[in-house]
Amino acid sequence: MSRSIVPEAISRQPWQMIIPLCGLVGLGAAVLYSAAGGSLQPYALSHVVRFCVFLVMAMVIARMSRNLFRMAAYPIYGAILILLVLVELIGAVGGGSQRWLNLGFMSLQPSELMKPAIVLVLARFYETLPHAMTASWRGLVPAGVLIGVPALFVLIQPDLGTATAVCFGGVVTMFLAGLPLWWFLGAGGAMMVIAPIAFFTLLHDYQRNRVLVFMDPEGDPLGTGYHITQSKIAIGSGGIFGKGFGNGTQSHLQYLPEPHTDFVFATMSEEWGLMGGLFVLFVFTVVIGWGMGVARRAPDRFSSLLAAGMTATMFFYVMINLMMVMGLAPVVGIPLPFMSHGGTSMLTNMICLGTIMAVNRWNQGRGSLG
Amino acid sequence: MKFNFRRLIRAPHVTNGTLRNSFDRRTIVVGGIQGGIGCLLAARMTYLSVFENEKYKLKAESNRVNLSLIPPRRGWILDRHGQPLASNRADFRVDVIPERMSDPERTIAELGKLLSLTPIAMQDLQDKLDRSHGFAPVEVASRLDWERFASVSVRLPDLPGVVTQRGYSRFYPTGPSVGHLIGYVGAASAEEYEKDHDPVLLTPGYKLGKDALEKFYEKDLRGTPGARRVEVTASGRIVRDLDTREDVPGKTIKTTIDAAIQDYAARRIGPESAAVVVMDCQTGDVLAMASMPSFDPNSFSDGIGRLEWKMLSDDDHVPLRNKVLRGLYPPGSTVKPMVALSFMEAGLDPNESVFCGGGLRVGNRVFHCWQRRGHGQVNMAKGIYQSCDVYFYHFAQRIGMDPIAAMAKRLGLGQEFPLPVAGQSYGTVPSPAWKLKKYDKQWQTFDTVNATIGQGYFLVNPLQQAIQASRIASGRIIMPRLIHGHEHEKQASLGVPEEHLAYIRQAMSDVANGPGSAPHARLPFPDIKLAGKTGTAQVVGLNVGNGKGGLWKHRDHGHFICFAPADNPRYACSVVVEHGGGSGAAYPIARDVLTYIFDKEKGMEVLTELETKWGGTAKERLDARFRAYSAQYGVGAPKVSPEEERRKLQGADQPDDPRQPISEAQSPAPEPADEADRPAPAPSPTATPATSPGAGGSPQ
Repeated sequence: MSRSIVPEAISRQPWQMIIPLCGLVGLGAAVLYSAAGGSLQPYALSHVVRFCVFLVMAMVIARMSRNLFRMAAYPIYGAILILLVLVELIGAVGGGSQRWLNLGFMSLQPSELMKPAIVLVLARFYETLPHAMTASWRGLVPAGVLIGVPALFVLIQPDLGTATAVCFGGVVTMFLAGLPLWWFLGAGGAMMVIAPIAFFTLLHDYQRNRVLVFMDPEGDPLGTGYHITQSKIAIGSGGIFGKGFGNGTQSHLQYLPEPHTDFVFATMSEEWGLMGGLFVLFVFTVVIGWGMGVARRAPDRFSSLLAAGMTATMFFYVMINLMMVMGLAPVVGIPLPFMSHGGTSMLTNMICLGTIMAVNRWNQGRGSLG
Repeated sequence: MKFNFRRLIRAPHVTNGTLRNSFDRRTIVVGGIQGGIGCLLAARMTYLSVFENEKYKLKAESNRVNLSLIPPRRGWILDRHGQPLASNRADFRVDVIPERMSDPERTIAELGKLLSLTPIAMQDLQDKLDRSHGFAPVEVASRLDWERFASVSVRLPDLPGVVTQRGYSRFYPTGPSVGHLIGYVGAASAEEYEKDHDPVLLTPGYKLGKDALEKFYEKDLRGTPGARRVEVTASGRIVRDLDTREDVPGKTIKTTIDAAIQDYAARRIGPESAAVVVMDCQTGDVLAMASMPSFDPNSFSDGIGRLEWKMLSDDDHVPLRNKVLRGLYPPGSTVKPMVALSFMEAGLDPNESVFCGGGLRVGNRVFHCWQRRGHGQVNMAKGIYQSCDVYFYHFAQRIGMDPIAAMAKRLGLGQEFPLPVAGQSYGTVPSPAWKLKKYDKQWQTFDTVNATIGQGYFLVNPLQQAIQASRIASGRIIMPRLIHGHEHEKQASLGVPEEHLAYIRQAMSDVANGPGSAPHARLPFPDIKLAGKTGTAQVVGLNVGNGKGGLWKHRDHGHFICFAPADNPRYACSVVVEHGGGSGAAYPIARDVLTYIFDKEKGMEVLTELETKWGGTAKERLDARFRAYSAQYGVGAPKVSPEEERRKLQGADQPDDPRQPISEAQSPAPEPADEADRPAPAPSPTATPATSPGAGGSPQ
């Protein structure tokens, strides 16, 4: 690399990840352009603009020092928890469920921010936890509370998808923190027992319905199963090379629900075919793989858990969304990172990405040592 | 994994090193799982888009493209001058397809509000929905104005299962006048679809013929549906037309009917329960075939509502029966010209006379002449124009029944004719052989006596009577025709000597123009004369009623057959007025119809005056009646089960057993000897006193 010509701040960026990611965002913009009926408004342009703004933000996050992250972990977690409670209170006062906090200039969804925050706070917790206690109850209970409290608040909003995402990020971090394996196996076993019971008692009707329909989407082709069926039709009818840019009928004739957010992948697949789909998978593989690599290279416990947890959070988005649109998971309102139109999810994912980039920078700083 | 377990059991000493170690291993596990899920997703995607590509392509296409059939425009039914008896008019309509409605109650309530349907209409709609079979469209409303149509159209996305359409609906310009003649159309029932799997039957807005000509010529009138392929959005909004195939309208059916005469005849019947047939007696073309009261075929096309049903079934005038073809009546004295012809053929000299003293003893009973005072010396002509019963009693005994029955059949009585109609009741021409077969009893002299004056077992329908008149008028085997375009076919001669026919025609002319029984039947023209024959048929014995007044159901039927002009016959006409109280109710109708044929203005004048008295035209009276019913009953009319409706409609459809007298009230007691307590047996029309309130004297 011509280190002498390009400034160090730029050359040190992880371009091997950023360039494919830009390609993905570009494809996303193209799909949104088509979904809007061949227009930059209202989706494509704001999508790109947001990405650029948040990319800069991620780079700024990446400049922050490890100590700053360490010190900010608990305050940030606490602040977001308070926001979550606030949302509940306002929602209770306003009547009905509420996920958004209207700040006047923008609406904030605190549950989204909780996803990276939970990883951050857990990384900090396990860093400070004496190693010997990792396998004891003191390694489990506080972490469980840290995950459980926000998850509960999100769950009663109700937002099963985000609650699951919060738990997933937290649990993966705990897993990587070295908690005894049998705890996870035991918890998994318990879940298998509790899940059917919870399914029939705790879930809301519409949530239960979604799961049932997922089991048999054709059983209700015009009701809830409609989403899954139409999404599969969109992906399947695209073939290997797709119907061509702007020619997707499923999205343009509104058979596809939410063609620009949750089902953006189906919209893309219909027009770009299997090739487009494999490209998307490739980019996510690069990004996730890079994130895991950063975590593995991280020298200390805090950074490695932080990077791995953030990667897991992003992975969770990708996995659930793609499984949903392909009919492998029930319909849950989780967008596809970097492709779906929507500010909050982009913000969350870019925070995750920025954090991983920060860890990457710390690695490079240490690089000379190791 | 095993390693971890052991560590747990040993309460392992955890250090930074072991944690780092475990982190490294676990990231590999996590990465592996992630990679595995990535592969799973790639495989799934490949499966969907490569191996199931064909299936999903087809599904996407069937999503995108909506093929809708355009109901073909039904062929018109024209009268002989090309005037439409049944046509189509453009209309806006709204249908629902029950199985596509997500929330039927809400949708129907919403439609009711948007279309401002009355509670009665809502109730009928609900009945139709209850009876529907899911796939078949149910009509909500048709003939909508643009505002109401548009108000539904714009809300279609919120109303799944609702179909709005600009199409054509059947229109019968003269309404009730042609109800029985043309029939009506309606949505296909499940049974009809079972029989005929033409998909057009399921097209919203398609109606098929349910009765009479509409039903008989269904295949010709149907045409070929068009089709439209459109690209639609998920909510059903049409994005663009892909291609359209025009419908091929059904064939036009041109009938022999004269729309003006048909309408006039139907209206002239007025409040009576009656049938009128007008024929061209040279060609057999049926010019009018009216049966009243009737129904309005226009309002039948959207199904028969509860209230409509109640109104029709409450009516003792049986509006659902086509009396021309399915009404059977003892013909009364209208058979006398026919009987006289058979006498002449059997060699009776028409000048041979008999003394009528008001009755004749046959066996141990006296058969009275309607004219109790007697007619004095009566020859054949007087027997006809004065309708002397004794003359016929006397000579019938000499000639015997068989020649009479043979002549009756030659003139068309008891016959079925090849007509495009749903059913004919052909009645009975009694004869010794028939009686033996039917009742296993020997023919008696009094049976002959009864038959010669058109009572006893004799049953005919009004069409046969018109044909009888036509054959007497023309001397040829006139066959009735309803379909235009066979004028060149000349019919063969009856084989009755012309001088016999001339004698009978003169006698029939004298009925109206000479010293006959119906002087008021004379046409109001100096140069056009009408020849006719009256008839009064008893329906109950004199012990029940005298036939003139009292219960409507007990009054005599009135008959009149005629043709005009008498010297050069062109038009033949028959009229039957059920329980009209005698022929006095029948011949004024025939007279006015013929007057109208020769002079439209003069005919209309008479009708206008009468209709003011009756309270409007047939359609206006029907509408008024419906309004009265809806005010009286509202939504309280009982629900009609489909079985009941089918039974009733078919009951009116199917001929009564032609071998049975039409009703229990059928008067002529076939075995008068058994009724010794009855001095004046029913068969002889003894009860036609000169003091009868019937108009125009008391013709018999």
